[in-house]
Amino acid sequence: MYNSPYLRQNTSVRRVMVTVLVAMLPAIALQVWLFGIGLLLQIAIASATALACEAAMLSLRRRPVARALGDGSALVTAWLIAVCLPPLLPWWMIVIGTSFAIVIGKHLYGGLGQNPFNPAMLAYCVLIISFPALMSQWPGLQGSDAATQLDWVLGGERVLDAVTGATPLDALRTGLLGNADVSAVMQSAAFGHLGGAGWEWVALAWGAGGLLLLALRIITWHIPVAFLGAMSLVSGVAWLIDPSHHASPAFHLLAGGTMLGAFFIATDPVSGATTPRGKLIFAAGIALIAWLIRAFGAYPDGIAFAVLLLNICVPLIDIKTQPPVFGHKVEPPEGGTR
Amino acid sequence: MITALIVMAGLALVLGATLGAASVLFKTQGDPLVDKIDAILPQTQCGQCGYPGCKPYATAIAGGDADINQCPPGGDEGVRKLADLLGREYKPLNAEHGIEKPKSVAVIDEATCIGCTLCIQACPVDAIVGAAKQMHTIVADLCTGCELCVPPCPADCIDMVPVAETVDNWKWRYPVFELKVQPATLPAKEAA
Amino acid sequence: MLSKLFSFNGGVKPDPNKSLSTREPIARLALPPQLVIPLHQHIGGTPRPLVSVGDKVLRGQRIGAADGNVSSAVHAPTSGHVVAIEPRPMPHASGLSSPAVVIEPDGQDIAIEREPFDWHAAAPGEIRDFLRDAGVVGLGGAVFPSHLKLNPGKSGHTDTLVINGAECEPFITCDDMLMRAEPGNILRGALIMQRMLAAKQVLVALEDNKPEAAVALKAAAQALGHASLEVVVVPTRYPAGGAKQLIRVLTGIEVPHGSRSTDFGVQCFNVATALAVWRALEHGEPLTRRIVTVTGNVERPRNFDVAIGTPISHLFAAAGLKPDTDKLIMGGPMMGIPLPNIDAPVVKATNCLLASSPTLFAPPEPELPCIRCGECARACPADLQPFELYWHSRARNFGRAQEYKLFDCIECGCCAYVCPSHIPLVDYYRYAKSEIWARERDKDAADSARERFEFRNWRADREKEEKAAKLAARNAAKPAVKPTDGAGDAATAADDPKKALIEAAMARARAQKEAVAAKNTDALTPAQQAQIDVAEERRKRASALSGSDAPAE
Repeated sequence: MYNSPYLRQNTSVRRVMVTVLVAMLPAIALQVWLFGIGLLLQIAIASATALACEAAMLSLRRRPVARALGDGSALVTAWLIAVCLPPLLPWWMIVIGTSFAIVIGKHLYGGLGQNPFNPAMLAYCVLIISFPALMSQWPGLQGSDAATQLDWVLGGERVLDAVTGATPLDALRTGLLGNADVSAVMQSAAFGHLGGAGWEWVALAWGAGGLLLLALRIITWHIPVAFLGAMSLVSGVAWLIDPSHHASPAFHLLAGGTMLGAFFIATDPVSGATTPRGKLIFAAGIALIAWLIRAFGAYPDGIAFAVLLLNICVPLIDIKTQPPVFGHKVEPPEGGTR
Repeated sequence: MITALIVMAGLALVLGATLGAASVLFKTQGDPLVDKIDAILPQTQCGQCGYPGCKPYATAIAGGDADINQCPPGGDEGVRKLADLLGREYKPLNAEHGIEKPKSVAVIDEATCIGCTLCIQACPVDAIVGAAKQMHTIVADLCTGCELCVPPCPADCIDMVPVAETVDNWKWRYPVFELKVQPATLPAKEAA
Repeated sequence: MLSKLFSFNGGVKPDPNKSLSTREPIARLALPPQLVIPLHQHIGGTPRPLVSVGDKVLRGQRIGAADGNVSSAVHAPTSGHVVAIEPRPMPHASGLSSPAVVIEPDGQDIAIEREPFDWHAAAPGEIRDFLRDAGVVGLGGAVFPSHLKLNPGKSGHTDTLVINGAECEPFITCDDMLMRAEPGNILRGALIMQRMLAAKQVLVALEDNKPEAAVALKAAAQALGHASLEVVVVPTRYPAGGAKQLIRVLTGIEVPHGSRSTDFGVQCFNVATALAVWRALEHGEPLTRRIVTVTGNVERPRNFDVAIGTPISHLFAAAGLKPDTDKLIMGGPMMGIPLPNIDAPVVKATNCLLASSPTLFAPPEPELPCIRCGECARACPADLQPFELYWHSRARNFGRAQEYKLFDCIECGCCAYVCPSHIPLVDYYRYAKSEIWARERDKDAADSARERFEFRNWRADREKEEKAAKLAARNAAKPAVKPTDGAGDAATAADDPKKALIEAAMARARAQKEAVAAKNTDALTPAQQAQIDVAEERRKRASALSGSDAPAE
């Protein structure tokens, strides 16, 4: 038995998830082109792990497996994990991260729609806390050949040479700790025109994918605008006050996970704020904490921690930012209500 | 030393006075807990809990003399609400006090009624009208379905009739969707 | 001239599917062999039946009188005989029955003689009473008695009278066709309403997907030549025809749930209601017919002018119900209710009858978990957070659902329309609302039971005191009577006479019944004898019980 409305728009969760995957393609393609096929291997491993874990958890929870697997949410989580990790991690780290995200981050909380934390960011945090050294090795722009990359991902001996290097954010914080000033650090090889060598183009590709999501009405403007706006504002103020110790807003917008976070991570509807004002506060909060961690914290990038911290605040943010209901925006005239 | 003693004593005096004033100023009338419990109870006044009415049972719960699972008309939901209010563990209805039944009202078979007024005296909520040697009638809207009028009736003329569902009290069902969508029944064909 | 239109948030744009039923003009449907006229067809009290079985009724004769002022009358749509007054299945999602007057038309269609009523000279109060007794209620679907709304209230005047011809829901075209057919009389009805409400302006609003109706109305407005009367075309967006949404679009005013729009200087009526007012006042015709769109999975979709009380099967027969129909709907595809019974009658609220087939309205895909995507919140015309309402309704957490303003939900269905998880959101709201109403009924009943219980206890205490006082007085006055008896004996003495009295009453009753029985036991059929035997048996059992059980009490 079902009742009105009998008309329904042609839409589905699967469609939403597939659109998100499509929007990720430009940045993935660019990253592969600039830094090699390591990322593709990573995506493959993460996807396989995510689907296997999802299927296992669904059958353990006695849910219809085929239907839930088909919704595509596990794939989105897997792809997000793969793109936010350094591209040449050994396979078992990706498996650990992805299975943690799906099993503990998602299904132990009740599955799709119930998880309070962004599963991909949970995976990232677990890995960076457990394996800090491996998590800070990023390939340089020159790249290595596909065979070496494959060998590395399969767990072969890792030789720290020219092909790996620190990320720009990491180089910046190491440099600043060594009492160098920003402009001196920026001379090093890790830095390109704006963000990091090559990475700024990938960041712009994430932004392009995000604009696609906006155009298709998968996300609203609130979170990206508040995220990027708050990030520019705080980093800009710090940069104006002390340019020798703080990088420019342009650097912060294009380095690390800012763009990916603003359009793909913070916009996760399940773990994010839902009201328009709440979304602004949520995203601005992430940007602020991420910048604080970048500028003063112990980790080079703080998006993941910031997202998790703001995820905890979502219920409070949502309750405090409920939009006014129709007819309740202004006080009714005297004697108006019963 | 002396100063410390004076300060502490003064503090104690001030706080004591404040508390005393507050207890006078914000004095609550009656026991709010009993009223809160009473508000949850269905007011059937049936006495199945072992107390002569809902208020006495509420008082007994508040005083710790009675358990929260002794009210069959309140049902499972009533027990849950009481458990919530009192911060106690939920427990299923105690079968000793009866089982949860669909809401019913008493109906007098007017042909058999002898007009003895015993049911009128038994009714805790004044839902029966009639006078001595006159036939009695139960006002269905006022009847709580407590069944207290049934045993005293010497003519055995009172029946408990479940309240029928009407257009006015019909409720939309909880949406339950089968995993597989089945073709809906076809009213047109049935009618044809 | 209305220079500026406002807008409401949310809304959706489903395929209108209106052209299906506008190809043919309105057809007057022949009378069925039996008319079933429910007594309760509107918001408010159930009318009292004024006829009895066997009575002859005439067209326009009042067969049910308004029960109080918040009610409305019902009338016979044709002449004929009352064959039954009994519960019949209603066009209601429950399929349950309600009292109805069943009339068999005699085919002569003789009208009742009209009492002349000069509305030009009558006071507004008299007009309101007349409309109540003419059974005029809102024909847009809410069936609220119109005379109650035709009251400007304390201020004595109204700013804007909105005549709602928006008809935003897909498939429905009854208002559209009515506006094309009788634009002049709709506007004349609106002008009467304007007079009653002392309204400064009258805005007749319709969506821009009804150009023919707009042309007809504008021409009629020009012919009438009232400066304060204006036909306004509003953008097509569901649910622009919701009274609150339309008022917002035209005036910018938001009327909150639970408030009367008159308090904000606005009043809103459906176009068909305006016509019904005109017909009732000018021609003395009570509301006994209405236009019904029959569409969807039928061979010949069109609009019918139908006598209220016509079985729905009769309309579908006229339109040709296709065999693969799986479901019948009263109303449109967004807000319509399922009809479990095809023999239920057309009532004043029936604007559309929609036949559904699996190809026309595909059964929903299985419900998936809510991903909080917020599409529903963006589509909600009441600015609610539907997923929060869903969350709490699903968890049966009704208090929280009400905090999120569940009762501001107009059940328009926009949220479920856009939901990517295919959640039947509106079903959850309907469930939560009816549970809350049931709880409120239970709570009111419990409160009144508590009051009566406490009053009864107080009365019992007082009687006990009075009895004790009387007894004390008597004892004091007659100290000679058994001075040795204690208080315990006094109590049994008070009890015993009562028991004796009851025994005496039982005996009397037995004697009386025997006496009565003795009088007519001469010529008994076997069936009667058997019945008497059963009764005697029961009586014996009763007296046996009274002998054993009753004194124990």
